[in-house]
Amino acid sequence: MTTLPTSTQKKLGLVIDLDTCVGCHACVVSCKGWNTENYGAPLSDQDPYGAVPSGTFLNRVHSYEVQPEQGQAALVHFPKSCLHCEDAPCVTVCPTGASYKRVEDGIVLVNESDCIGCGLCAWACPYGAREMDAEEKVMKKCTLCVDRIYNENLPEVDRVPACVRTCPAGARHFGDFADPESNVSILTAERGGMDLMPEQGTKPVNKYLPPRERDRSEDVDILAPFLDPVASEPKGFMGWLDKALSTMPGGQ
Amino acid sequence: MHPAPSVIIFSTMSGIGFGLLVWLGLGHPGVTGFSAFVFFVVAYLLAVGGLIASATHLGHPERALKAFTQWRSSWLSREGICAVAALIVMAIYGMGLVFFGSRWGFIGLIGAVLSLGTVFTTAMIYTQLKTVPRWNHYTTPAMFLAFCVSGGALLAGQWSEAFWLLLLTAALQVLVWVRGDTALAQSGTNLATATGLGNMGGVRPFEAPHTGPNYLLREFAFQIGRKHAQTLRIIAFVLAFVLPLLIILLPFNHFLAGVAVISHIAGVFASRWLFFAQAEHVVGLYYGARSV
Amino acid sequence: MTHTQPTLDLSPKVSDEIRKTTCYMCACRCGINVHMKEGKVAYIEGNRDHPVNQGVLCAKGSAGIMQVNAPSRLKSPLKRVGPRGSGEFEEISWEEAYGIAEAWLKPLHENAPEKLAFFTGRDQSQSFTSLWAQGFGTPNYAAHGGFCSVNMAAGGIYTMGGAFWEFGQPDWDHTKLFILFGVAEDHDSNPIKMGIGKIKARGAKMVGVNPIRSGYNAVADDWYGITPGTDGLLILSIVHLLFKAGKLDLDYLARFTNASCLINEDPKSDEYGLLLKDVAGQPIVIDRRTGQPAPWNGQGVEPDLSATYRDKGITHRPVFHKMAEKYLDEQYAPEAVAERTGIEASRIRQLAAQIARTAFDEAIELDREWTDFRGVKHDKMVGRPVSFHSMRGISAHSNGFQTCRALHTLQIIIGSVETPGGMRFKPPYPKPSTAHPKPHCKVTPGKPLDGPHLGYVQGPDDLCLDDDGNAIRIDKAYTWENPMSAHGMMHMVISNAHAGDPYKIDTLFLYMANMAWNSSMNTDGTMKMLTDTDENGDYVIPHIIYSDAYSSEMVAYADLILPDTTYLERHDCISLLDRPICEADAVADAIRWPVVEPDRDVKGFQSALCDLGARLGLAPFTNEDGSQKYADYADYITNHIRRPGVGPLAGWRMGENGLNDGRGEANEAQLQTYIDNGGFWMSHVPEEAAYYKPFNMAYQDWAVKMSFFDAPQPYIFTLYSEPLRRFQLAAEGVGTRQPPEHLRQQVKDTMDPLAIWYAPISESVEDETEFPVHALTQRPMAMYHSWGTQNAWLRQIHGHNPLYVPTKIWEANGFAEGDWARVSSPHGDITVPVAHMAALNENTVWTWNAIGKRKGAWALSDDAQETKKGFLLNHLIHELLPAKKDGMRWSNSDPVTGQAAWFDLKVNITKVAAPTESQPNYPPIKSPVAKGSGPLTQKVGQ
Ligand SMILES: Nc1nc2c(c(=O)[nH]1)N[C@H]1C(S)=C(S)[C@@H](COP(=O)(O)OP(=O)(O)OC[C@H]3O[C@@H](n4cnc5c(=O)[nH]c(N)nc54)[C@H](O)[C@@H]3O)O[C@H]1N2
Ligand SMILES: Nc1nc2c(c(=O)[nH]1)N[C@H]1C(S)=C(S)[C@@H](COP(=O)(O)OP(=O)(O)OC[C@H]3O[C@@H](n4cnc5c(=O)[nH]c(N)nc54)[C@H](O)[C@@H]3O)O[C@H]1N2
Ligand code: SF4
Ligand code: SF4
Ligand code: SF4
Ligand code: SF4
Ligand code: SF4
Ligand SMILES: [Mo]
Repeated sequence: MTTLPTSTQKKLGLVIDLDTCVGCHACVVSCKGWNTENYGAPLSDQDPYGAVPSGTFLNRVHSYEVQPEQGQAALVHFPKSCLHCEDAPCVTVCPTGASYKRVEDGIVLVNESDCIGCGLCAWACPYGAREMDAEEKVMKKCTLCVDRIYNENLPEVDRVPACVRTCPAGARHFGDFADPESNVSILTAERGGMDLMPEQGTKPVNKYLPPRERDRSEDVDILAPFLDPVASEPKGFMGWLDKALSTMPGGQ
Repeated sequence: MHPAPSVIIFSTMSGIGFGLLVWLGLGHPGVTGFSAFVFFVVAYLLAVGGLIASATHLGHPERALKAFTQWRSSWLSREGICAVAALIVMAIYGMGLVFFGSRWGFIGLIGAVLSLGTVFTTAMIYTQLKTVPRWNHYTTPAMFLAFCVSGGALLAGQWSEAFWLLLLTAALQVLVWVRGDTALAQSGTNLATATGLGNMGGVRPFEAPHTGPNYLLREFAFQIGRKHAQTLRIIAFVLAFVLPLLIILLPFNHFLAGVAVISHIAGVFASRWLFFAQAEHVVGLYYGARSV
Repeated sequence: MTHTQPTLDLSPKVSDEIRKTTCYMCACRCGINVHMKEGKVAYIEGNRDHPVNQGVLCAKGSAGIMQVNAPSRLKSPLKRVGPRGSGEFEEISWEEAYGIAEAWLKPLHENAPEKLAFFTGRDQSQSFTSLWAQGFGTPNYAAHGGFCSVNMAAGGIYTMGGAFWEFGQPDWDHTKLFILFGVAEDHDSNPIKMGIGKIKARGAKMVGVNPIRSGYNAVADDWYGITPGTDGLLILSIVHLLFKAGKLDLDYLARFTNASCLINEDPKSDEYGLLLKDVAGQPIVIDRRTGQPAPWNGQGVEPDLSATYRDKGITHRPVFHKMAEKYLDEQYAPEAVAERTGIEASRIRQLAAQIARTAFDEAIELDREWTDFRGVKHDKMVGRPVSFHSMRGISAHSNGFQTCRALHTLQIIIGSVETPGGMRFKPPYPKPSTAHPKPHCKVTPGKPLDGPHLGYVQGPDDLCLDDDGNAIRIDKAYTWENPMSAHGMMHMVISNAHAGDPYKIDTLFLYMANMAWNSSMNTDGTMKMLTDTDENGDYVIPHIIYSDAYSSEMVAYADLILPDTTYLERHDCISLLDRPICEADAVADAIRWPVVEPDRDVKGFQSALCDLGARLGLAPFTNEDGSQKYADYADYITNHIRRPGVGPLAGWRMGENGLNDGRGEANEAQLQTYIDNGGFWMSHVPEEAAYYKPFNMAYQDWAVKMSFFDAPQPYIFTLYSEPLRRFQLAAEGVGTRQPPEHLRQQVKDTMDPLAIWYAPISESVEDETEFPVHALTQRPMAMYHSWGTQNAWLRQIHGHNPLYVPTKIWEANGFAEGDWARVSSPHGDITVPVAHMAALNENTVWTWNAIGKRKGAWALSDDAQETKKGFLLNHLIHELLPAKKDGMRWSNSDPVTGQAAWFDLKVNITKVAAPTESQPNYPPIKSPVAKGSGPLTQKVGQ
C-alpha cells in the first residue's frame, strides 16, 4: 500500500563492503540478466547497437576518488541499488499504490500493472535507485530478487539475490537486519556500517561498510628492527656472510 | 531536473486557468450569460488543457484513474482529486451563471477554494521532495499560488488587484530565485553524505557507472549554464511582471491588455522552465561534474 | 481508499533445464550454468561446483547471452570480392571455402611448408592447433603469447618452473601479506577477486604496486604508485635490504634452490660462470655432512651455502656468494633507487620490513609430514605467509623478463614459493624449463615438422637459426635478437612477412586475433601492410585466411573467412596438454559442448581444421588409408592419443580395470561423462603433496600417476639461470654459435644469470625531454579486448574511454572536464578526450584497453560512440623502436624473450580544441553482416 507499513516483520537488505568492492560490474550485469528474465517486464535497451545505447539497470557501480588532506588519493568503487528504505519517500508519493513496501520483509516493490509511469517515485528517491523503462514505460527498481530469495525451485544456497550470488569479491551480503544475530547485522556492527544521505531521513535498510584506512605503513618505527643490518659495521662481504649464515638452522 | 515541456505547459496553463476560476468563483468579474460563457471556456481550456498535457507525461495514461486512489499519502493523487472536484464544482457554478444568469455564491466559493487547492496540491508535489532542495520550501506553494491568483486576476481583468498581486508575486519570485540558488548547498546533502566517504577526505566523482546517458541523467542531471540562466531570468521577470505592470499603469486599452496577458503567460512559461531546469536533484551528486 | 499488497508468485519456475559448460568471455574459463527456456538461452550464472569460480561470475560471463545473440556473428564462409580492407565479401559454402584453402595450401605443404604462417590468438586449443601446424610442416606457428605475457611465463619457468595465473596462485587461505605487482585484471579474473575477498574477510593485508590505483589496487591497504618500468629496481632494493638484514630463508635457499650450487669462477675457462657438474651432468654442491662435493640431489645431502671448492685448479663458489655480492651493492640501496622508481626510500624500507616481519615473525606451521627428494623427512610444513602475484604490468616492458625473475628471486629468498601462505603452483606445474620441449624448426616438404614448434631453449645450440645464422621462423623467434622467445612473436609476423624478412610467405592463416586493430602495435601500419601490393599489383602477402566468430576489424583484411561458432555452440577442450583450469589443490580440465546448436552456416574452427587437415593429407589428421581421421573436434578430443595413455582430457579414461584419472585409453563416453559432471573433471592433490611440490616426493609420484610426467623429476629453483649464462658466455666469445656483432653487447647486458634491472630499451633511443610521460592501458574488468563491444549490455558500461591524466599534468595543461588533448609519441599522434585522476603516478597517463573501434565493424552503427570518442593507444606504439645512431631499428620487445614492450610507451600531451571525433579515424569498412538494431526487450520465457 502506498502508505508505509508501521513496521515490517523482517528487514531484508544488503550490506555492501566498500573496502572490498573492486568495481567489476559483475553484480550489475547479473542483476540485469536475472531481472530481464524474471520479475516484471524485461529491462530493455534502446539503441543497443547504435550511437549511444541506453538501457534500464537496477544496480550501477560508480567510482569516486577521495583525497585526504595528507597523503595519497584513494579510489572507491561504489555499487548502488535500491536501499529498501524504512521511510521510503518513493512509496508515499506514488499516486496509484503501485509502489509499496512489503509488510513481511520490507522489500520495496513496484506493482507494474498499477504503475502509470508518472516518474514521481524516482523524483522522490534520493539515491537514483529507480529507472523508468523506456519500452514498457513503467518504473523499474531493485526487487531484492524477491523471486529468488524464497524460490523453492532454487536450491537453498541459491536463495539469495543474483548480485550477491555472483559477486566475485564477496563484497555483497544479504540478510535480515531485524535480526541482531544475522550476518548483516553483525557486519554492520563490527565494521561501522553506514547510511547514505542520513539527512534525507529515508532510513535506508541497506548499509555500506566504509573502506578500511589506507596507506598506513608509516608504522615503520615498530618495524625498523626487522631491517637491522646483520653486520653492523661494513666488515666486508665475508663478515656479512659469516653472520648471515650463523642464523641458519643446524648452526655453522 | 529535465524541463519536460508537458509538465511546464501543464503547470503554467492550469495554474492560470485555475487562477481565473478562482476569480470567477469569487464573482470578479461578475459576468453572466454569454460573457460568462466566454470566460469559462477560456478557464477550462487552460485548466483542462494543462491537465491533458500532464497526462501525456504519463507512461500509461490509460491507467490514470488509479491515480485517484492514494489521496491519503500522495500529493499527486490529491491533486487529481482536487482538480476533478474543482472542475465539477465550477462547472455547476458556471452553469448557473451562463444558463440561469444566477450566481450561486456559496458554490463559487467552494469552487474557488478547490481551484486554489488544486494549484496548492500541484505545488506540494514539488515542495514535498526533499531530494530537490530548491523546491523543498514553503516558498514553492506560495509562489505557485501567487502566480495563480495574479495571472487569474490579469485574465479576469481585475486590474488593480492584478497590480498589487503582480508586485507581490514579483517579490516572491526574486526571493525564490535568491534562496533557491543556495538551497542545495544549504540542504546538508552533498557528495560526502551521498557516499558516506566524507570523513576520508574530499570526494570527487571518478568514473560514472555507464558511459552513455540513462534515465537518471536524462531526468535529473539537466544542467544549464549560469549565464544562460541569468538572461532567462531577466526575460522571465520582464515578461511576467515588468511589462504587465507598466501596461496596467497606462490608460486601459484592449490591445495592450491582451499584450499584458500574453506577456505574463510567456513570462510564467520562462519562469516555470527555469523552475525545472535550475532545480538540482540530489541524485546529480552521484554523477558529479561528468553528468551532462 | 486503501490498496492491498499484491500477492506475488515467490517461487516462479526458473528454467526448463540447466546445461553446464565453460565460459569463454575470457581465458579464466569459469564454469557456467546455462538456464534454458524453450530451447533458448535464458540466463547464465556461475557453477557452484566448479573449481575456478565456485559459483561466482563476472560481468562478461553474465553478459554471455548477449554474445550468443549478437548481430555481429558471422553467418557463413566468406570470400573477399572487393579490395582487401573494404569489407566486401560474398557468402560461399563450406565446400567452396575448403576448396579455396586447399588450392592455396596443398602446394605449400608439398613444396615449401614454411610459406604458410599459421598464428592463433588467445586460443585455448594450442595443443591441437600446434599439432595441425606440425603436421603441415611449417615452422611458422605460435599463439599470441609473444605479445601478451611471455616474460611472465618464461621468467617463471626459467627461474622456478612456473609463474602466476595458469602456473600458480597465492595461498589465499593462509597468506597474511599479499603483494600485487602490475595487475589490472589478469586471466585469473574471478579467482583473484575471490582471493582478495578472502584476504579482506580475514583482515589480512594487501599491497598494490601499480602506477594506477584502480580496481584491485583501489582496495589494496597500501598503494605504491611506481614509475612504469622500474619494478625491478624496487624489488632488488627490497632484496638488498633483506640481504643486508639477513632476513633470508637460508635453509630453504640451501636445500631447494641452486644458491648452493657451485659456479666456475675462472674467466679463462670455457665453462666460466657455468655450474660445476658431476659425470652424470648433475650440478654439484658441498655436502655439509662431509664437506665434500656431492650431487645436488644425492640422498641425504645437506647442501652448503658458503663453502667454496677448488677443482682442477679452478675455484668454484656457490651461487649464494654471487647473489650476496650483487645484491648487497649500494646501487640497490633505497636512497639510490627512490627517484627512479618514484617511491620514497622510507616507503621502500617499510615494504621490506613488512615482508621480513610477516615472513619470519609470523611464520605458520602446518602439521603435515612430507619427504623431500633427498629422502629427508620433515615433520612440518613451514609457511612464510607472504604472497605475490603479478602480470603484464611488469612483463610488458623490455626489461620484463628480468623483472619477473627479480620478483621470483624475492619470493624465493624469503622461502615463500610452494610453502603455506606463499605462492603455490597449480598442477601440472611446477615444471622446470628442462622438462619442457625445446623448439623445433626442421622443415621437410610434405612431411610434419620434426617436433613441437615452441619450447624452452637451454643455450645457443637450441636457437632456430640456419647454417648461415639466419632466422628460420618468420617471426624471428629464437634468434639472437630474442633467444628465449618461448611463445613466438606473433606481433612481428605481419611486418616481417610484408618485408620479406627473413623470407616471403604465401599464406597467412590467422585465428581469433584482431591483428588489424587492437592486438597489433602500429595499427595504421599493419592495415597498410596487409593491403600493400607489389609492382605487379599483387598483394605483398598473397593470401590471408582468417577465422573469427564475429565481424571484427580483422575480417575485412582477409581473403577467406572461416566463420567460427560462439562458445555455447561448440565443443572445446581445456586440456592439461596446454592451459588447464587447475587450482593449487586440484588438477582439473574441462570442456565446452554445444548447449545450443548454431542457427547459421558456421563451424567450430577446430572441426574445420580436422576437415582441412584431412583434405591436405596432414599425417596427424589422416588415417593410413588416407581417409579423414577425426570427424570433428569432439572426435579428436575423445580419440586423440598424445603419448601412450595420455589424451586431451585426463578424466574418465579407460584403464585396465575400469575408468581411470589421468592415464588410460580413449573412452567413447568421455564427453558425455564430462557433461554429466558439469563440464569438468577434477582430482584433488593429496594433502601431503600439497606444498613443496618440486621437492616433495609425494607430489612427484602423484604427478606421474596423473600423467604430467612419465617419471618423477624433482628439481631445485634456478636463481642462477644457466641457460642465460650460456648465451652471455657466447656473447663473450665462447663457442661456435656467436651472436652478430651488433647484438653482442645487448646479450651480455641483458642475459645476466642472476636477476637484474636495466632501463627499458626505448629510453636509450627516445628523447626523454620530448616524451616525458608514461602512457599505459588497463583492461576494464567488464570488457574483453575488442570483443566485448558487440555486447549490448557491456557497451553501455564502457562505450568510450578518456585518457586519464594525473593532477600535475592536468593542472600544467590547464585541462578542464570535457577537454581534448593531442598525445604524441616518437611514432605518431592521436587526439582524444581527457579526464582527471588523482590516484595516479604523477608522470603517467592511461586509458582502458581496446574500447575504440573502427567504423563499420562489430555490426554497430557508423556513429557508434566507440568510433567517435573511443580510441586506441596502439597508434602510438610501434613494433620497432626509432632508429639508433647507426640507423638500425630495434624491435620494441624484450631482448631476451621478444615480449612486446607495450608499456614502455612514452608520450607528450598538449591541449587542443575538441575535434568532432577522436583521431585518427578511418573510413567505415563494409559490414559482412547486417547491422544491429533495437530496442532489445527480449524475455525468453514469455
Ligand atoms: N595498447 C594495448 N594493446 C594491446 C594490449 C595492451 O595491453 N595495450 N594487450 C595485448 C594483449 S596481452 C593481447 S592478448 C591482445 C589481444 O588482442 P586480440 O587477441 O586481438 O583480442 P580480441 O580483440 O579479443 O580479438 C580476438 C578476435 O577473436 C574473435 N573471437 C571472439 N570469440 C571468438 C571465437 O569464439 N572464435 C573465433 N574464431 N574468434 C573469436 C574476436 O571477434 C576478435 O576479432 O591485445 C594486445 N594489445
Ligand atoms: N576483463 C578482462 N580480463 C582480461 C582481459 C580483458 O581484455 N578483459 N584480457 C586478458 C589478457 S589477454 C591478458 S594478457 C590479461 C592481462 O591482465 P593484466 O596483467 O592485469 O593486464 P593489463 O590490464 O594490461 O594491466 C596491466 C597493469 O599493469 C600496470 N602497469 C603497467 N606498467 C607497470 C609497471 O611498470 N609496473 C607496475 N607495477 N605496474 C604497471 C597497469 O597500470 C595495469 O594495472 O588479462 C586477461 N583478462
Ligand atoms: S532507495 Fe529509493 S527507491 Fe529504494 S526505497 Fe529508498 S527511496 Fe525508495
Ligand atoms: S511511476 Fe509508477 S510506481 Fe512510480 S509513482 Fe508513478 S505510478 Fe507510482
Ligand atoms: S537484489 Fe536483485 S534486483 Fe536488487 S540489485 Fe541485486 S540482483 Fe538486482
Ligand atoms: S560484483 Fe562485487 S566487487 Fe564487483 S562491482 Fe559488484 S559489489 Fe563490487
Ligand atoms: S572471468 Fe568472467 S569472462 Fe572470464 S571465464 Fe570467468 S566468468 Fe567468463
Ligand atoms: Mo594477453
